[in-house]
Amino acid sequence: MNQQRKAVALISGGLDSMLAAKTVMEQGVHVEGINFFTGFCVEGHTHAIRDKDKAKPKRNNALWVAEQLGIKLHIVDVIEEYKNVLINPKHGYGAHLNPCLDCKIFMVNRAKRWLVENNFDFIITGEVIGQRPMSQRKNTMPIVAKQSGADDLLLRPLCAKNLPETLPEREGWVDREKLHDITGRSRKPQMAMAEQFGIDDYSQPAGGCCFLVDKFYTAKLVDLWQAQGTKDYELDDVMLLKVGRHIRPAPNFKLIVAREEGEGRFLQGYKKDYISLVSVSHNGPLVLLDGEPSAEDLFLAARITARFGQGREAEQVDVAILDKDGLERVVPVTPLPKAEIPKNWYI
Amino acid sequence: MIKETLNTRRLLCPLPVIRTQDKVKQLQPGDVLEVAGTDPGIMQDIPAWCRINGHKVLETRSGDHEYFIVLEVGT
Repeated sequence: MNQQRKAVALISGGLDSMLAAKTVMEQGVHVEGINFFTGFCVEGHTHAIRDKDKAKPKRNNALWVAEQLGIKLHIVDVIEEYKNVLINPKHGYGAHLNPCLDCKIFMVNRAKRWLVENNFDFIITGEVIGQRPMSQRKNTMPIVAKQSGADDLLLRPLCAKNLPETLPEREGWVDREKLHDITGRSRKPQMAMAEQFGIDDYSQPAGGCCFLVDKFYTAKLVDLWQAQGTKDYELDDVMLLKVGRHIRPAPNFKLIVAREEGEGRFLQGYKKDYISLVSVSHNGPLVLLDGEPSAEDLFLAARITARFGQGREAEQVDVAILDKDGLERVVPVTPLPKAEIPKNWYI
Repeated sequence: MIKETLNTRRLLCPLPVIRTQDKVKQLQPGDVLEVAGTDPGIMQDIPAWCRINGHKVLETRSGDHEYFIVLEVGT
C-alpha cells in the first residue's frame, strides 16, 4: 500500500490558499495548514478594541478556512524573526512598507523548517503567476523556491502547469494533470473553482490582512522610525499604531489620543510604559505621550489633551499628568484652539 | 487531570490563540485549561481552533470587558 504523503499548506485566510490546499487534498494527500503571525495582521484589532465594533468581532480567516477544509492549522508567532524581513528587505518594498517578496521567501523558508521538524513531505502555497505585482510573477517564482531553500518541495497547485515539475509531481505524490494553469489578476478561474468545490463564502478581496500595505498605518510606522532615529520596533509599538489619534507636535514626542472608551481602556494598559495625561476637571480622553518631553512640551501636551475633552471651550481645564513611576501632578491649562493644531501634526 | 489557567489579557488575536496553542502542547489529553482575555475575538477564534484541533470547549463566559473559555485537551 502506498504511503499517504503529507503536505503543509500556507493558509493566509484568502481564497487562493484555500483552493490550493483543497486541490491537493482531493488527491488523497494529508494536508495541515500553517499561518504566520508577523505582528502586522491587525485587521481585526480595531474591532477588538473599540466599543462600537466589539459586538461583531472579525473572524480569523485562516482559522475559518482551516475549519472549512477540515484540516489542522498551526499558527506560528514569527514577530521577532520577521523584524529582519521588514527592516532589511533584500528585494525592497512595494508601494508602502510591504516587503512582499522577502516576506514570501521568509514564510516558505519557515514552512520548510516546520516540514522538516514534523516529517512532512512538501509545501503548498496559493501563489498564482501574475497575481501580485511584486511577489507573484513568473520570474519571482523560482526566486522564492530557491532563496527559501524549499526548491522543488514547493508546489503551487493553482499554477503548477505553468511551472517546472516539482518533486511531488515527479514522484507521483500528486497528479500534475489534476493541477491548474491559472495566470493573471483575474479572479474568475478561482471563483469558478470555488463554485466547483462548493465554497461560497470566502474573504474578499484577496490580499490578506497585512497592514504593511496600508498607507495610513505605514505612515505612522515611518514616523516612529524617524523619531527613534532607527528602523526598529517592539510588538507594543506596532499594536499602538492601530489605536487612537497620533499627533506629533515636535520631533521628540508624540501623543496618542483615545478616540472612544474602548480605546481608552486599551491604552490604560500602557500607563506604566508611557507618560499619560487626562483632563480631571472635565470628561476627556486618556492620552499617552511617547518620547522625552521638556517641561514646555508637557504643557503643550496638556493643552492638546484639554482640546480633545469636553472642556475644549472652557477657559481653564485641569489636566493630570502621570509619569511612568506613578507620580501625578495636576496643571491648569487653556485648551489649545483647534486652529493652533496644524494638520501636519496628525500622523 | 490538571486544571491550568492562561492569562491573555491585553493581547489581541491571534496572539491569544497562539498562547493557547503553545500551552495546550504542554498539557495531556483530559487536562483542562481556562483562558482569560480582553479581546472579544477569542470567543470565536479559540472555539474554532479547538474544533479543528480536536479539543472540547466546556464553557464560555464574559463580563466586565473580560472573556473566559474553559477547554478540555483532546487526544
